[in-house]
Amino acid sequence: MTQKVTEPTPENTPAAPAADAPPPAGFRVEPTAPPVTAQSTTAPHEAVFELQGVSVAYGGKPAVRDVTFPIGRNEITALIGPSGCGKSTLIRCLNRMNDLIPAASVTGRVIYHGQDLYGTDIDPVQVRKRIGMVFQKPNPFPKSIYDNIAFGPRVLGMKGDMDEIVERALKRGALWEEVKDRLKTNAFGMSGGQQQRLCIARTLAVEPDVILMDEPASALDPISTGRIEDLMLEIKKDYSIVIVTHNMQQAARISDMTAFFTVELDDQEHRSGRVVEFDKTDKVFTNPSDPRTEAYVTGKVG
Amino acid sequence: MSVAETTITRRVVERASRGEKTKDLLFRSVLLLCIGIAFLSLGALVFDVIRDGGSKLSLEFLTDFPSRVSPERSGIQSAIVGTLLLMALCAAFIVPVGVATAVYLEEYADRDRWWNRLIEVNIQNLAAVPSVVYGILGLAFIVRDPLALGRVLLAGALTLGLLVLPVVIIVAREAIRAVPPSIREGSMALGATQWQTIWKQVLPGALPGIATGVILALSRAIGETAPLLVIGAATFARFNPGDLTSDAFTALPLTIFRFISDSNTEFQSLGAAAILVLLALLVVMNTGAVFLRNRYEQKW
Repeated sequence: MTQKVTEPTPENTPAAPAADAPPPAGFRVEPTAPPVTAQSTTAPHEAVFELQGVSVAYGGKPAVRDVTFPIGRNEITALIGPSGCGKSTLIRCLNRMNDLIPAASVTGRVIYHGQDLYGTDIDPVQVRKRIGMVFQKPNPFPKSIYDNIAFGPRVLGMKGDMDEIVERALKRGALWEEVKDRLKTNAFGMSGGQQQRLCIARTLAVEPDVILMDEPASALDPISTGRIEDLMLEIKKDYSIVIVTHNMQQAARISDMTAFFTVELDDQEHRSGRVVEFDKTDKVFTNPSDPRTEAYVTGKVG
Repeated sequence: MSVAETTITRRVVERASRGEKTKDLLFRSVLLLCIGIAFLSLGALVFDVIRDGGSKLSLEFLTDFPSRVSPERSGIQSAIVGTLLLMALCAAFIVPVGVATAVYLEEYADRDRWWNRLIEVNIQNLAAVPSVVYGILGLAFIVRDPLALGRVLLAGALTLGLLVLPVVIIVAREAIRAVPPSIREGSMALGATQWQTIWKQVLPGALPGIATGVILALSRAIGETAPLLVIGAATFARFNPGDLTSDAFTALPLTIFRFISDSNTEFQSLGAAAILVLLALLVVMNTGAVFLRNRYEQKW
């Protein structure tokens, strides 16, 4: 019997309970949970995630090691760093997408609203209902625009008028005006930027708590990218967003917190990623505390 | 300066050498010859069959039952009905079993396990087993104990189904594999279960490919004679199989076999006419497969 990942949504929770408040009923408390060890003095007021010593390995070879930082509610957290530093690997742990790769193994703890996502009683399907994901390449389903949006609510058995659900999601995804007259046409006929906004709207339709974005704009032109960024800033008041990006300006423009990753070589010449710095985005980009961060964000090291 | 006044003072691009041109021509001739052999033999067959049996084709030929004595009153209704029922039953058997096997192998099976690799290799092997062997299998296990169905339509359909099942599995696996992983990821990321992802995303995307494969498998089954002979199907039936599990049955290839082996040349011409009917059915099925592929194939 799998325990449902229940967590407070804005509707059923009084605004921002204090960090030391007793957890709401239905919560499974980690009795041995260590105290939150935020590396930053300006830790987010309320954490959605607490990453505690998270390492991911593929077939025994570590891809990213010992990641510890919190991810705040209603904030955009950017993961930046050179290729191969494990950003995408890490973000795919946060909704257990790595489960689809049999060789991947996760150690450490990914605490989501007090629950360890890799606990034995956690069903990955329930996790993904709460934590949506948008991928690098737009991946609309080969169906109509309407059915792309309606797929998630349908499989989750969401109640309510489907037309309304679809309209609401497309409006939130800033796509409604462009597609309202062709909802029944195939999503493959849309432009790349529209497809990606459709994928975001599709994720919003199932009303998740967190949205993970793995380089969502890297395949798009600057105008489409701008639209996606505006959209992210618009929806962050209701969602917590984690974004992997190679675009430093993008991270600086939209994110509240930034984690900078770097690649390290171990004794066997094996490359794996590590977090060098996690702090407020302003600080990371204007006054980083680690010289490696400074070299990267100023473009001295690619 | 007009073009006509331009003179080539120095050739930059070399002319093709005579030897290269000859080789190219020779290669193309060989290709044409090979295509020609295939086309000529097919053409000769069709021409020969039309010359022998074309005049015997009539509405009565399609609707009459065969007669042992008078070729002019002999028809192939029981064979056509038998073949159509065989194909329908066969499809009803191979579609669920073949697709389910393909889904397991593509979506669930862990390739690192030796038994899954064994299954894969064996399916490839089974596709190459001669059809008469399947007839013996059908006789031993389906007609006789343990299933003990007898020499009935259902037994014939199951035997033909086993024969073409490997083909269906292989084609269905290819169609399922053609659905990109990003579609599965997108579905799972919305909180769909693996089963919902397969049922609502992967299978609809693979459906045109699967349907094409099933039709091609059936068009192999429709002409099979040996397994049906082995399991003891009738070569001559003056009635349609009314009951799938108790009546004897015949099929087009069996009736053709019966007509052709008759000493009366009139009956042999009827065999040629029945071949034309079988060929027409095959053309219709394969056209359907091509249509499905062109019309519904998903471009990713």
